[in-house]
Amino acid sequence: MSLTEVNVTINGKSYSEWVEPRMLLSDFIRETCGLTGTHVGCEHGVCGACTINMDGLAVRSCLIFAVQADNCEITTVEGLACSGELTALQKNFIECHGLQCGFCTAGILMSITDFLEKNPQPSVKEIKETLSGHLCRCTGYEGIVKAVEKTVQDNNKEVLQRS
Amino acid sequence: MDKVIGKAVTRVEDMRLLTGQGKYIDDIGTPSQTFQAAILRSSSPHAKIVSIDTAEAEKMAGVKAVITGEQVKEYLEPFSVGVSAPVQYYPIAIDKVRYVGEPVAVVIAKSRYIAEDAMELIKVKYETLPPVVDIEGSLEKDAPVLHENVGSNIANHRTFNYGEVDQAFEEADAIIKHKYLFPKYTATPVETYGIIAHYESSEKQYTVHANFHGPFVIQAIMAQALKIPSNKLRIIVPKDIGGSYGIKAGTFPYMVLLSVASRIAGCPVKWIEDRQEHLSASSSGTDRVTYIEAAVKKDGKVTGLRMKMIDNVGAYIRAPEPACLYRTHANSTGAYDIPNLHIDAYAIMTNKLPTGLIRGYGGQELYFPLERIMQKIAFELNLDPADVIRRNLIQKDQFPYKTASGGLYDSGDYIKGFELALETGKYEEFRKKQEEARKDGKIFGVGLACIVEPSGSNMGYITVALTPEERAKSLPKSGCSEAATVSMDPMGSVNVRISTTPSGQGHETVAAQIVSEVLSIPSDKIKVVAELDTSTSAWSIASGSYSSRFASLGSSAVFYAANKVKEKLMKIASHQLNVDESELELRNGAFYVKSDPAKKYALKRAAGSAHWNPLSLPEGMEPGIYETYYYSIKAAEPPDENDLINSSVTYGFVADLVTVEIDPETGEINILDYITIHDAGKLLNPLIVDGQIFGGLAHGLGGALFEELVYDNKGQLLTGSFMDYLCPTAPEIPNVTIKHIETPSPMTPLGAKGLGEGNTMSAPVAVANAVSDALSPYNVAIDTLPLSPNRIWTLLNEAKENNHKEVTI
Ligand code: FES
Ligand code: FES
Repeated sequence: MSLTEVNVTINGKSYSEWVEPRMLLSDFIRETCGLTGTHVGCEHGVCGACTINMDGLAVRSCLIFAVQADNCEITTVEGLACSGELTALQKNFIECHGLQCGFCTAGILMSITDFLEKNPQPSVKEIKETLSGHLCRCTGYEGIVKAVEKTVQDNNKEVLQRS
Repeated sequence: MDKVIGKAVTRVEDMRLLTGQGKYIDDIGTPSQTFQAAILRSSSPHAKIVSIDTAEAEKMAGVKAVITGEQVKEYLEPFSVGVSAPVQYYPIAIDKVRYVGEPVAVVIAKSRYIAEDAMELIKVKYETLPPVVDIEGSLEKDAPVLHENVGSNIANHRTFNYGEVDQAFEEADAIIKHKYLFPKYTATPVETYGIIAHYESSEKQYTVHANFHGPFVIQAIMAQALKIPSNKLRIIVPKDIGGSYGIKAGTFPYMVLLSVASRIAGCPVKWIEDRQEHLSASSSGTDRVTYIEAAVKKDGKVTGLRMKMIDNVGAYIRAPEPACLYRTHANSTGAYDIPNLHIDAYAIMTNKLPTGLIRGYGGQELYFPLERIMQKIAFELNLDPADVIRRNLIQKDQFPYKTASGGLYDSGDYIKGFELALETGKYEEFRKKQEEARKDGKIFGVGLACIVEPSGSNMGYITVALTPEERAKSLPKSGCSEAATVSMDPMGSVNVRISTTPSGQGHETVAAQIVSEVLSIPSDKIKVVAELDTSTSAWSIASGSYSSRFASLGSSAVFYAANKVKEKLMKIASHQLNVDESELELRNGAFYVKSDPAKKYALKRAAGSAHWNPLSLPEGMEPGIYETYYYSIKAAEPPDENDLINSSVTYGFVADLVTVEIDPETGEINILDYITIHDAGKLLNPLIVDGQIFGGLAHGLGGALFEELVYDNKGQLLTGSFMDYLCPTAPEIPNVTIKHIETPSPMTPLGAKGLGEGNTMSAPVAVANAVSDALSPYNVAIDTLPLSPNRIWTLLNEAKENNHKEVTI
């Protein structure tokens, strides 16, 4: 099969690779670029484990071909923490026991990070609705919802302090 | 140094998992020249394989090999299994396929993409045979037989009589009976199976990396199937497993298949299962029909139970089946004091996916009929279901309690736990609310369930599948061994090696807590290594992660190994300080002389001298600090000649109260509140404990409301993707209140019992009881799951049409 060139930026680093047009973006990220923090749980768009951020939008990398990401900016879970400092959301996942096996976690972090950027004051119902695009078989979601709620509270405090 | 055991400390695993640095099977890299495998699977539930034409596929560029059952067979014996029926189970179909999804050929190619392309070029000719999917249908005289050499579809059959069952039934005021069906459902960890297998001809050795978590008795079964000495099968389990809930014990047939594929293809081979493969062909829970009969006194006291249980183990019986029938054998009478018990146990085979471990294993299948019948007793005798439970619960002063079938319940206060559930759930108040609501045409219900949560399986229990005479022919099996190693290096740093192959339960954290407290070293100075390597780790047949065995067994092994290290270091300190050991106490990383606290000897120094200056050690002491402890519990004895067996080593208790409202228009169930009271003995880390309970409960609710592997009557799987197999997501989880009581186990050094499976066992029936309670005015009884709106709506409408006649399966 003929190869196509793909140029993408992932977590601030540019990648220029030749791939088969049918290669999934999830495989490209994991296998071609070696970023194994993004996980694959179903390859049919239900489990949410493969969620990444592409040009400012949380998307499922198993439903996208690598060639579609040409000239895009991508962030994966590896790109969340900045020089070793975890984001508030990541810290609250530790605090609230929002993960067990951790396999679903990367996708959830990517979705919620995007969600909170766009909805800084969500209700619990909205949080749960956003999470409904993700399967977690370990936690029963309790710790995850708490971690998100706590992040919202932390952000509010920060905003109050700043004003 | 503060006490850390029992504290809700955060987890050491989290940092790597939150930053994308976990090391799951698909992340660990492969040897050079590793090829990728794809597996062609049967589309037919029951057929003879007439021919397999692989020529086209083999010709495709990038394809290394196409392997069929005929080729694989040469290197294998059928897997051994603990029943006497001569079922021949190979990891790939040989001359017949017996379920949709059964492996038929393996393609080895440069990439998975090419392997899947090539797969499409393989031509398989089948001669279809009539399938059988229904449990009782499989026992009919003219039923198609899956395994001709077995002669019927029965893989195992045993009967048990404990106490004076007939007498209990003769003397009963009432006999209450019913038939229940627990459906086939599964666990679906978000990470699927993954295997990297490598055969090295120079060593004649298979090395297999896999997200397999034991029980490691299966290592012996695999080696035997591969016809090699067991030290030629090296299994390496990565430190991160993306969830399992039991199902990944079922990787073993694939480990063997890929091992042989590597040998035939002459290269290392990697296979990552996809989701459709997982749903159709990994493993699943066991569906069971139970005929249950209770001998009851007027006041609701149950004096005897008869259960005929028919387990459907799918197309092949394979290890650890028929364990689903026997894992709960000791606790067959649940939380109740019922001295007379008769069990008629069958494991049968049908054209469905073979079964295996799954969270709760055997518990949900047992408690569904048991707790349903307790409610039915109340309804039929016009008693309050809470009173029937009260009347039957084992009393506090009866512990340690010996069950009819040989169980030894170590500790508990069931009444206290149950009353706490009623009080927390405001049972009486809800009853009044329910009455009021009924007047307004609303449908409210409350369900109760009390269950015993067994943990730490006795390896002897599975031999109950054999008669005492059959058992006598081979060596007895017992125990529940687990091993751990604690070592200190020359600089005094601590490494802990565990063999409990965690899949998210935070074993690294808890092990560090335990060692920290025993050695009085901060836990962040302790490194826990969770990878298991059968060639270098300390392990035993019971090792692994299943039957909630970490809190009872794994943690105990860690505790004793750390104590061995402490004792050795203490001897060194006492020798150096020239004081008796009884004069020393360990705190803050040093041994202090009690009578003269100015005098001390640092732990680190003691460890250092064991490496740097072994000649300074007490006479006869070995250099180095490296201690392994193998832990087992005496109560895990083999079954006796009367089939009495203590199938687990600790027994926790769970009392659930759940309230529901049902929409009469749509049949949808809305869970208003879920109260669950747990007694898991001493809790080692409450943060992790509640996380485990929530996860188990979500799975139980899935089983109650959504999850089922549905086959049509021709044997085709209808739920082959996550579009059709529905797992609960965040909005589906109701309000949950968890409370704990702690009656420490006298069996384990820390007083801990296993947990995390309890609500998977209890929630299906607790919800079914709530729904039955809600629908009791319509005379609708729930006798199967899941309770989809569709099912409820149909039951309701049939009931209305049938003019309140009882509707059953
Ligand atoms: S792997 Fe992409 S949604 Fe499941
Ligand atoms: S933490 Fe295991 S699936 Fe979510």
